[in-house]
Amino acid sequence: MPEVRVENVSKKFGNGKIVAVDNVSLHIKNKEYFSLLGPSGCGKTTLLRLIAGLIKPDEGNIYIDEKLVNDVPPEDRGIGFVFQTYALFPHMDVWDNVTYGPRVKAWGTEQSNKIGREMLEMVRLYERLKAFPQELSGGMMQRVAVARALSAGAKLLLLDEPLGALDAKIRLELRYEIRRLVKDLELTAIHVTHDQGEAMAISDRIAVMRKGKILQVGTPQELYMNPREIFVANFVGESNFLEGYVESVGDKGSVVELRGKLRVRVLDKSKGSGERVVLAIRPEALELEKGHKKIENALLGRIERVRFEGTMIRYEVRLENEDSVVVTRPTLAGEWLNVDEKVTVSFPPDKTFVFMYPSRGLREELLAE
Amino acid sequence: MEGLIGPLRDCRVNLGRMNLSRSGLLKFLDGISSKPTARYLTYSISVVFFFALILIPPILGILLKWDQMGQIFNDPSLESRALAAIYASFGIALFVSLVDVVAGLPLAWFIARGRSRWLTALDTLVDIPFILPTVALGYSLLLFWSQPGGISSLFGWSLVSPGWLLIILLHFVFSYPIIVRVMVGALLDYQIVFEEASRTLGAPPLTADRTVTLSILKPSLVSSFILAFARSISETGATLMVAGTFENGPVFISNARAENLGDGPLVFVSFVLIAVSFMIFAVITALGPRLKLPTKRVWPSIERRLSGFNVAISRNTLTIVIFALVVLLPTLFVAFPAFYAVFSGTLLQAFSGTGIWQVYWHSLLLSYFVAAIVTLFNTLVGLPMAVLIARRRAGALPSTVLDVLVNVPLIVPSIALGASMSFFWSNFAFVPEIVLLVFAHISITFPYFVRAMASAIQRISMDLEEASRILGARPFTLFRTIILPLTKYSLFAGALLVFTRSVDETGATLAVVTTLKTAPVLLVAWVKGTVPATALDKGLGIGFLVVLSFVVLLVLRLAVRGKERRL
Repeated sequence: MPEVRVENVSKKFGNGKIVAVDNVSLHIKNKEYFSLLGPSGCGKTTLLRLIAGLIKPDEGNIYIDEKLVNDVPPEDRGIGFVFQTYALFPHMDVWDNVTYGPRVKAWGTEQSNKIGREMLEMVRLYERLKAFPQELSGGMMQRVAVARALSAGAKLLLLDEPLGALDAKIRLELRYEIRRLVKDLELTAIHVTHDQGEAMAISDRIAVMRKGKILQVGTPQELYMNPREIFVANFVGESNFLEGYVESVGDKGSVVELRGKLRVRVLDKSKGSGERVVLAIRPEALELEKGHKKIENALLGRIERVRFEGTMIRYEVRLENEDSVVVTRPTLAGEWLNVDEKVTVSFPPDKTFVFMYPSRGLREELLAE
Repeated sequence: MEGLIGPLRDCRVNLGRMNLSRSGLLKFLDGISSKPTARYLTYSISVVFFFALILIPPILGILLKWDQMGQIFNDPSLESRALAAIYASFGIALFVSLVDVVAGLPLAWFIARGRSRWLTALDTLVDIPFILPTVALGYSLLLFWSQPGGISSLFGWSLVSPGWLLIILLHFVFSYPIIVRVMVGALLDYQIVFEEASRTLGAPPLTADRTVTLSILKPSLVSSFILAFARSISETGATLMVAGTFENGPVFISNARAENLGDGPLVFVSFVLIAVSFMIFAVITALGPRLKLPTKRVWPSIERRLSGFNVAISRNTLTIVIFALVVLLPTLFVAFPAFYAVFSGTLLQAFSGTGIWQVYWHSLLLSYFVAAIVTLFNTLVGLPMAVLIARRRAGALPSTVLDVLVNVPLIVPSIALGASMSFFWSNFAFVPEIVLLVFAHISITFPYFVRAMASAIQRISMDLEEASRILGARPFTLFRTIILPLTKYSLFAGALLVFTRSVDETGATLAVVTTLKTAPVLLVAWVKGTVPATALDKGLGIGFLVVLSFVVLLVLRLAVRGKERRL
């Protein structure tokens, strides 16, 4: 059953000038739904194509089921690949597209027909088997592409931004459908996407990539609750960032001095006294109270903007030291506040992350590319 | 009419008031261009010229001499001779085009997909048989395959004597680059993702190419077949050199003229060639898309083995060897006598214009003179036509009809076109030969320019035009500042294509004039012996023509450089 191991793999383009994949190592477990998440140009698609065998690594080794596959062509790797543009053969109808894999492997007509029918029924498109790709909607084409990739009998499914070209609503439905199919058939799946919501919703584990490197690997919860890099804290979910210095470190955590000599206590003790740091805290972790109150670990501020977003209300708060934070609260959770209202923003010490101030500057670090 | 009077009146005032400065002229043209009447007039003039000079004369020419066709049915031996020539033309064209596709496709694949630095060189080499004037090609092949001095000298006798086999070899050679060029372009444009999808589904490369790539590239296969077919049907000069006593359509017409057999056989063969060509093209264009390539059956083990690296190497080697031995080497062979002639006294004789060389230089001058006039005319009249077709200014249906009609001179054998034109114009006794010659060349080369320009204009997004017009540009300014700059490469390329085609044209010239001799016609006479010339003379005469063609083409390459080559 396919598990995939990538060991120190690198890939360069343009005569070595562009490093698409930079010394990446990964272990994807058997029957895992694994996502490669990152902004455009981070190397996730290149890595996927390396695993598929469509391109060869410049350095490093790739193992599928403990077998070294560096020199094995794609048709012999036992994979299924779903392309972003579906790549349905325009000169064949749905049936011929879906049965292409079995036919090309000479499985015999009866076997091909059985698998073809099974797969099409799984994606609920059996009635459209005579249609040509041009006659189908985006969502339908994608389902045919998935059926086609699966009907060749592969146990490792690779998906390259499969939902990128679809409408928002269809995207939401299809992503769960794909996960369900993969789990029902007990496949291993590697899914490339730039949409962190999508990755978190359907993955067992996620690898966040940027500029050819892997920044962090973990379950969606781990990445969300314990980001280990500023970029991850910003890319997965949303964060507020505040710059400051560590004033002191004690038993109950550290005290960080922010702009305007405001102080906040955090649980994190990993940074030394005097270090320049960046605090990160999620909008939903900040607590908001009406009026200016004297509460521990809280800063005073004024609401600058209110935005209604359906399930959440989003408040932009200008703090007393001119820093700005975003606080979100569930719409139905309590009283709604108004613009220009005075508020008190609380920083729960256990939910505030502390990062070293990045050498390239905060703005550079947050940039996607 | 009123639409014109206004600006014309202003124009008179302008002319009276200021110098005819460039800006004044441009402003005038600009002002006129926004009047619909002026635009209709421009397009109409273009269309009228097209019909009056290019399309109608050949059709009427044949119709006027229709009854003379009966002459041929009264003479059974002549009739069978004519029919044999017609069958030969189509048989050879079909056979050669098929073989060209089969032989050229692997080379196109190798060039498009390969990763060697030498591929650009190979790509250029492949073009040579297409670039060379066909008379040079004909003589070169004649020398190589049949006369002593060529490869035959190794065997002591003629390996391939003039006749149908040599014609087939010749036609194979000059249509080969067409297939390779079209298919390389198609392969480079092709989205590789389909082949990748096929491979991830388990198909070895050969199966993937056969079942997926080839089917998607089918339109290009069909159009390259059609182009090869058209060239084979139409070519006259080189075929005359290598035909010996064998006759295909163009050879028969040329012989019939020389033997003074009267107009009957000429009308008959011309008509049949034109009509059947037309039908064949209509059929291929209509049925081509429906042609089903075998994609259902797979032979996994065989194809997997055939996809192997070693097999690919042997296949590529074989393809290159065939290309080198059958296409390239015979093509370049004429260089030998040419160089030999340069280093003997012949070069001096040539430059001093003694003997046959005097006529030679006159012919060369005539060829280039005619080509220049033809290019100028086609550019001026062809531009409005191209805009009309590309932007559908005459309405959807009429524009499409014009689009198809413009192609007619392309698919019709040029000698047949020339013959039918001469039938038409012979009714007007006062038309001098040089005018006839120019008309004939205009007809044959017009489609090249219009096709090139129309495609180029179509590639310009309508957004650009709309943006320009919203910003205030009148039609003429739009044309001058947006369309022309963006299509200048195609304009230049189209004009040069017209020029070289006109210089090269033999068949129509033979059909239309008797006393005037263009360079290729003269060279055919030299080679066939109707005008005595030594081997050195022939080699040198052809050599000059080749060198001049290469100069012209070098100019074209430099102008178009960087546009399409992305190997």
